[in-house]
Amino acid sequence: MAGERTSTMTGILGWFDQRLPVMDFWNKHLAQYYAPKNFNVWYYFGSLALLVLVNQIVTGIWLTMHYKPSAAEAFASVEYIMRDVEWGWLIRYMHSTGASFFFICVYLHMFRGLMYGSCQKPRELVWVIGMLIFLALMAEAFLGYVLPWGQMSFWGAQVIVSLFGAIPYVGEGLVQWIQGDYLPSDATINRFFALHVVALPIALLGLVVLHLGALHEVGSNNPDGVEIKKKKDAKGVPLDGIPFHPYYTVKDLFGVGVFLTLFAFVIFFEPTFGDLFLEYDNFAPADPMVTPEHIKPVWYFTPYYAMLRAIPDKLSGVIVMGAAVMILFLVPWLDRSPVKSIRYRGMLTKIALALFSVAFVTLGWLGMQAGSDTQKLVAQICTVIYFLYFLLMPVYTRMDAVKPVPERVTMHD
Amino acid sequence: MIKRLLPWLFVLVAGPALAAGAGPVLLQSGANISDQASLQRGAGLYFQYCASCHSLQHMRYSRLARDLGLTEEQVMTRLNHTGAKFGDTIRASMPAGVGDDAVGGEDWFGKAPPDLSLVARARNDGPNWIYTYLLSFYPDPSRPSGWNNTVFPNASMPHVLWERQGIQTLRPAEEHDEDHGHPQPPTFDLQTPGTRSAEEYKQDARDIAAFLEYVGEPAALERERYGVWVLLYLLLFTGVAWLLKHEYWKDVH
Repeated sequence: MAGERTSTMTGILGWFDQRLPVMDFWNKHLAQYYAPKNFNVWYYFGSLALLVLVNQIVTGIWLTMHYKPSAAEAFASVEYIMRDVEWGWLIRYMHSTGASFFFICVYLHMFRGLMYGSCQKPRELVWVIGMLIFLALMAEAFLGYVLPWGQMSFWGAQVIVSLFGAIPYVGEGLVQWIQGDYLPSDATINRFFALHVVALPIALLGLVVLHLGALHEVGSNNPDGVEIKKKKDAKGVPLDGIPFHPYYTVKDLFGVGVFLTLFAFVIFFEPTFGDLFLEYDNFAPADPMVTPEHIKPVWYFTPYYAMLRAIPDKLSGVIVMGAAVMILFLVPWLDRSPVKSIRYRGMLTKIALALFSVAFVTLGWLGMQAGSDTQKLVAQICTVIYFLYFLLMPVYTRMDAVKPVPERVTMHD
Repeated sequence: MIKRLLPWLFVLVAGPALAAGAGPVLLQSGANISDQASLQRGAGLYFQYCASCHSLQHMRYSRLARDLGLTEEQVMTRLNHTGAKFGDTIRASMPAGVGDDAVGGEDWFGKAPPDLSLVARARNDGPNWIYTYLLSFYPDPSRPSGWNNTVFPNASMPHVLWERQGIQTLRPAEEHDEDHGHPQPPTFDLQTPGTRSAEEYKQDARDIAAFLEYVGEPAALERERYGVWVLLYLLLFTGVAWLLKHEYWKDVH
């Protein structure tokens, strides 16, 4: 085929198509990408996460037009955006709310993967690349949170960067190398800005391309965990597959509508979302001389922050927190069930997932609290449950009873 | 379904849990930034009693005029006493006193009076905090200024509104009404009446709280107004998208 490719299109599009595989790309990823027809509500969050990424990039570009990455000017420049820049408040709230909605989408998207065994063979790489996106997103969110240079920006940066100080021998030097100073300072904000607006967005975009590329190579999983490619018609089209475009583009458009309605509600009516999306402490300018009463990260980091605090020893705490994220990479190999979807797995897996979810949400809540002794104990128990979910996965997924998986997908929606 | 709702439940539970932290018991201010007359009165009080020490460095006189329905002349003659230009941000008339030779707020109060642009946003429940703070001054000879405050103990600031409120003394803690474990706000006894009645003074405090809430986020005035239209449009969009989806999906079984 190579070299003799001719386009079915004429005119300007045809001219382009003979020189660039426009139609091939369109067909491979949209018009002839066959997705299972039984996606349920959990399958909206991937495309919604992509939408938020676009939102973050576009609003981010406009914010950089007015934001000043210096310790002396950053805080005032954000207030300048909020007051003096035309529609600046809207752009800023879209960006700050977008950060939280990004994590909502990504957490639900990951939970979907755990529920329906989406990381099992042959989708291991889709999962691993997705986890790299999650890591990059956490870094991106942390760096972005430092930029307004409020009290929580400063003290949050101080706490998080100092975690590297727990590393034996090189820790202290490493902290100074990251910050470019002994404390979070002008040098820190300048480099964090560079990483937040250039380095990590490029990494994120690249990883998203790989994530989708890998997905479209192996095809999407579905709530039944049935491989639709096993049953094809005479033309080689999966019997349970429908072209992504127009079926899922139009379905996702509906998802986008619901999502944007919720998104707009927060932006226009509750942009700080209590204290969760924009913390009140961050409306006070960074002051290295005044420690806030209660330093806590934004809600999406609190489950891991709770684990850090649950461990008395700093280095062990850092290791546990790091391991909690890293262990997610291993799920494709920890899950030994012959069945993908939770629908056809036994009680053990269901109970394990339920306990894990409760532990994760509880940790998230605990990470926002001041941290009494009881809370610390609960956090320790939840941390153990979190890790046992993964460490015992090879055991309970193999022991667990499974139900017969149907030949074809079932429709519920 | 329960699992789907978990993250949302978590958000709902965490919100009030955060608000219920330690700290002074705050009164409900009833401040309302949609009440333009209240904002205007609050601005008047602010510039008469607060602005000599407390700047609003992120707020411009011109923006104030636009949002509060005032003319340039009204703002420049009645509110602006510093000689600043109409487009300038609001600086305190008193020098901050920072630096080697400068004499100002830091020398007189031990600490330069803070900028109040974001005072209503930088605290949990900011407007109620301001309201309660303004109602909670009492004489305390042990303090350099002669005043103390139950909301912000050992505040450097004297009670600048005492002429209006009068002088109230703090009732000793043991006389507080016993409640079932719930912290109660401290109670005061008015010793010397001020120029305003108790209710009128509360309105003063409410107006200042509303004004500072507005100053904290001027966009809040227009935000919700646009929000209604955006939501109406998005609901319509979602409805059309739903119909479109059903039209396309008719042949999927």
